[in-house]
Amino acid sequence: MTDNELIWRIAGGSGDGIDSTSQNFAKALMRSGLHVFTHRHYPSRIRGGHTYVEVRAKDEDVQSRGDGYNFLLALGDSFARNPQDEAYYGKEELKPLYENFDDLREGGVLLYDEGLLDEEDVDEIGLEAAAEENGWHVVPMDLRGIAKEHGREIMRNTAGIGATAAILDIGTEEFEELIKQNMAGDMQEANLDVLQDAYDAASELDIDHGIEVPEGSHDEEQVILSGSNAISYGALDEGCRFISGYPMTPWTDVFTIMSQHLPEFGGISEQVEDEIAAAALALGASHMGVKSMSGSSGGGFALMSEPLGLAEMTETPVVLVEAMRAGPSTGMPTKPEQADLEHVLYTSQGDSARVVFAPANIRECYTQTRSAFRIAYEYQIPAIVIYDQKIQGELRNMPASHFDEEPNADPGSVLTEGEIEEAAHHASGKFKRFLYEPEDGSNVSPRSVPGQKDGRYLATGNEHNEEGHISEDPDNRIAQIERRLNKLDDIRADLDENASHQTYYGPEAADYGVLVWGSQQDTAFEAVDRLNENGHSVKALGVSDMAPYPVEEVSEWLDSVDQALVVEMNATAQFRGLTQKEIGKYGDKLSSLLKYNGNPFEPAEIVDGFESSINGEDLAATNMTYLPTAGD
Amino acid sequence: MSTFSAIGDDREIDRDEFTPGIEPQATWCPGCGDFGVLKALKQAMPEVGRNPDEVALFTGIGCSGKLNSYFNSYGFHTIHGRSLPVARAAKLANPEIEVIAAGGDGDGYGIGGNHTIHTARENHDMTYIVFNNEIFGLTKGQTSPTSPKGHKSKTQPHGSAKSPIRPLSQQLNAGATYIARTAAVNPNQAKEIIAEAIEHDGFAHIDFLTQCPTWNKDAKHYVPYTDVQQSDEFDFDVSNRKEAAEMMRKTEERLYEGEVLTGRMYVEEDRPSYGQEKRSIGEMPEDPLAERYFDEDAEWERTYDNLLDHHK
Repeated sequence: MTDNELIWRIAGGSGDGIDSTSQNFAKALMRSGLHVFTHRHYPSRIRGGHTYVEVRAKDEDVQSRGDGYNFLLALGDSFARNPQDEAYYGKEELKPLYENFDDLREGGVLLYDEGLLDEEDVDEIGLEAAAEENGWHVVPMDLRGIAKEHGREIMRNTAGIGATAAILDIGTEEFEELIKQNMAGDMQEANLDVLQDAYDAASELDIDHGIEVPEGSHDEEQVILSGSNAISYGALDEGCRFISGYPMTPWTDVFTIMSQHLPEFGGISEQVEDEIAAAALALGASHMGVKSMSGSSGGGFALMSEPLGLAEMTETPVVLVEAMRAGPSTGMPTKPEQADLEHVLYTSQGDSARVVFAPANIRECYTQTRSAFRIAYEYQIPAIVIYDQKIQGELRNMPASHFDEEPNADPGSVLTEGEIEEAAHHASGKFKRFLYEPEDGSNVSPRSVPGQKDGRYLATGNEHNEEGHISEDPDNRIAQIERRLNKLDDIRADLDENASHQTYYGPEAADYGVLVWGSQQDTAFEAVDRLNENGHSVKALGVSDMAPYPVEEVSEWLDSVDQALVVEMNATAQFRGLTQKEIGKYGDKLSSLLKYNGNPFEPAEIVDGFESSINGEDLAATNMTYLPTAGD
Repeated sequence: MSTFSAIGDDREIDRDEFTPGIEPQATWCPGCGDFGVLKALKQAMPEVGRNPDEVALFTGIGCSGKLNSYFNSYGFHTIHGRSLPVARAAKLANPEIEVIAAGGDGDGYGIGGNHTIHTARENHDMTYIVFNNEIFGLTKGQTSPTSPKGHKSKTQPHGSAKSPIRPLSQQLNAGATYIARTAAVNPNQAKEIIAEAIEHDGFAHIDFLTQCPTWNKDAKHYVPYTDVQQSDEFDFDVSNRKEAAEMMRKTEERLYEGEVLTGRMYVEEDRPSYGQEKRSIGEMPEDPLAERYFDEDAEWERTYDNLLDHHK
C-alpha cells in the first residue's frame, strides 16, 4: 500500500453517470495539479448492473491502478431490475455498496446515498459489522433528496461529488468550472446548486478520517485521455483518413472516436455489414492509395482472418487494431484479458507476415499506432495494434506536448507517375509491381495506384509473378515468399534503429527479472519499485514488439538475470510461449504469473506473486496462478 | 484535371487495349460462357470511353475470378465472396475510377450474399457482373445457390431440396438501381447492357447467364433466349418497381422451365448514389480522397491543434 494517495471509487448502476462523473472528477484533480489514473469496471448491459470506476491521484506520476481504494462513493443502482422480486434478483440496487466491501482499505470512507438505499436493507448486508472491523467511516447522505430538490434524480452524482469534496476538504472550484464548461442554462444552474448544497451538508458532518489528499503542481500543460483516444489520434496524425468497422466491445471506442473526427479531417468512416467486409473495405481504400484502418475485438477479428491473409499476399498496407476482451467465444465482453496474442499472430492460412505492436500505456498507444502506420505503408504489410479493455478505458494525465508532433501522411512506397514511367514493365506494358529484387536492395517492391498512367498490374491472393499474374512456378514461388518474409528482417532492423518499443525498468544489475508485455507493463513497474523497497533485487523488461519479435534485446536482458517471472493476463502463458519459440532457449529461466479472472493485476498482486514464487509458496488462495519453469 | 493523368485522358479507346499481353488466351473450357462476358466487357469499354489505367476490376474466386487475368486494367483478384466490399471502398477512396466487380453465383449469391445485399442497399456507383452458371464449376460441379430444386450433384446425391435464390428479385428488394439479365450467347445485348450499367449512376447488377458445358450440361447454353424489351409478350415499364418485380419473378421461374428471358429488368435513375449521399451530409470529401496523398501542397490536420483542447 502506498501512502499519500487518494483512490476514490464511484460505484452505481450502468446509466447512473458513473463514467462521466469519474471523468470529471479525474480531470478536476488533474487541473488542481495532481496526477491521475482511472480504472474502469463495468458489466455488459445498457442499464443497471454494478459498475465502478476508480480514480487514483498522487502528486507524482501514476502509472497503474492502485491496491484497493480508500474512498467509496456508493450511489446504488437506480436501474436495479424488479427490486420487489427478491427471490431472483435480491437487493440488486445494493450491489454497488456491498460488492465493494472487499477492497476498501482500513480507515477508509464509505459514503452512500441513503436516498436510494434503504437503511433497513443496508443493515441486512452487514455494513455495520464490516465497518467496525475495518475502521471505516460510514457516511449515509440523502444525495437523491438533494438532487431532486434542485433538479433531477440523475444529479445524484453531482451531489456525490459535492459531498466528496467537503469530506476530503478539496474545495469545489474545479468542479464548478467543469460544470460551467460542460453544461448551460437551467442544467448548469441546477447542478451548481446541487454541488454546493451537498458540499455544505457534508461539511456539517465533520467526518474525522485520516485520508490526506496530496497537493501538487504541473510543470507544463496536461491533458487527460484514454488509450482509445491515443490510438485514434496516432492514426489521424499519421494520415489515416479511412476507417471501416462493425461495433464490438471494446473496439467500438476507437471506431466511434475516428468516426466522429474523420469528417472534419476530410476522411471517410464506414460502418458495414460485418468484420469481413470491414477489413476488406480497408484493403480496398488502401489499394487506391489511402491510408486506411479497421479493427475489432476477438470474435470480429476472427472474421478478418481471410482479408488479413489477402493483405499479406497482395502486400496491401493496412493497420488493424485488436481490442482484446476475455474469451473464448463471447467470453466476458467488458473484461480485459491478454489471451488473443496467438490469435493475432497466427490467424489466417499460410506463413504469416505481419507486424504486431502491443503498447504499454496511453502514450505508447499514440506512438506505436503511428509506428504501425509508418511501417505498414513503407513495407506494404499489415500492421496490428493489439491492446485490451484495460488500456482502452483507462484515463491518465500526460503533458500535452506528447502530442505536439508533425503529421505524416506519406503513403509510403508508392511511385509517382514520373517514376512509373522509368520503372520496369513487362513487354505487354504491365507494371512490374512485385519485383524479385527491388532496385534499392530492400525487399519492398514499390507500388502504383489505380489512375496512374502505365501503372496497371494485377493484385491477387494467388501466388503471382512480378507483374502480379498467377504463377505456380517453383522458382517464382520461392523468390516471392522469401521476399515477403524477408521484409520482417528489414522491419526489425528499422525498429532497432528508429524506435525501440521495449521499456527497461529498475536497476540494471538486478538478479531477478519481471518480463511483461502490453497493458500490464506499467503495473509491473510499480510492483518492481516495491519489490526493491522490500529488499529484493529486481528489474523489468516491458515488451511491445510482438512481431517481428525483438530477439536480440530480450535475449541480452534474459542473459543478465538469474530467473525471470513472466506476468500476463491469460491462462496459457502465451507470451512466455512466444518468447521461447522466438529465442529457442531460457526454458529453465522463465516461470509465469498468470491472472485470468477478468480483472487486471494490481501492483500488490505482482509483489505477492513474485515473493510467493521465490519462496515456493502456494498461490491457491489468490486470483493468480503460478506456472513453474519448464527446462530447456 | 486529376492528379492521376490516366483519368479523363481524352482519346480514342480501342477494345484491343483491354487484351493483356501476358495471358491473351483465356484458359476457360471450350464453349464456356465466361468468354462471352470477357468479350462483351472489352467491347463496352470504348463505348464508355474509359482507358485501362482508369478502370479497376475486382473479382472473387472461381472461374469468373480469372476475368482479371484476361482483362487488361488495374485489377484486384480478391477472396471468395469479397470482391464487393473491396470494390466499394475503392470507389469511395477515388470516385473518378471506373469500378467494376465480378464473380460467380456461388461467390455473389452464396458466400458473399451478405455483401451483395448491402452493396445494393447502399447503391454504390459501380457495376457488378455475376457469372451465373447455376453450378460450382472450378470445384467440379457441386450444386450452387442458383441450381434448380432437385439438382443432383456429388454433394447433393438425392437432388437439392432447396429452392434456388432469386437473384433479380433479391437485388430489387435490396436496393440496386439497375438490374438486368443477359446471356453469353447474346453478345450484342450483353455489350449494350454492360455499357449501360457502367454509365448508370448507382449500383448496377447484371445477372449474366454463362453456360458451363463441362459441369452443367442440363442448362443447355441458354438458347433460345428472349429479349424482353424486344418481345410483344412482355410489356412492362422498367422504371416501375411493381411491374419490374413481376417481370423478375416470371424471369426467374421460367428459367427453370427452360425459357430464357433476358434484358433490362429495372432501372431507377433518380436515387442518388452512395457517394452523393455521403457528400451531401458532409461525410465524404468533395475531391477524391486518394488524390490528396499525391498532392504535394496538401495540408494535413493534426490532432494537437484540433482535438486536444477537449482533454485539458
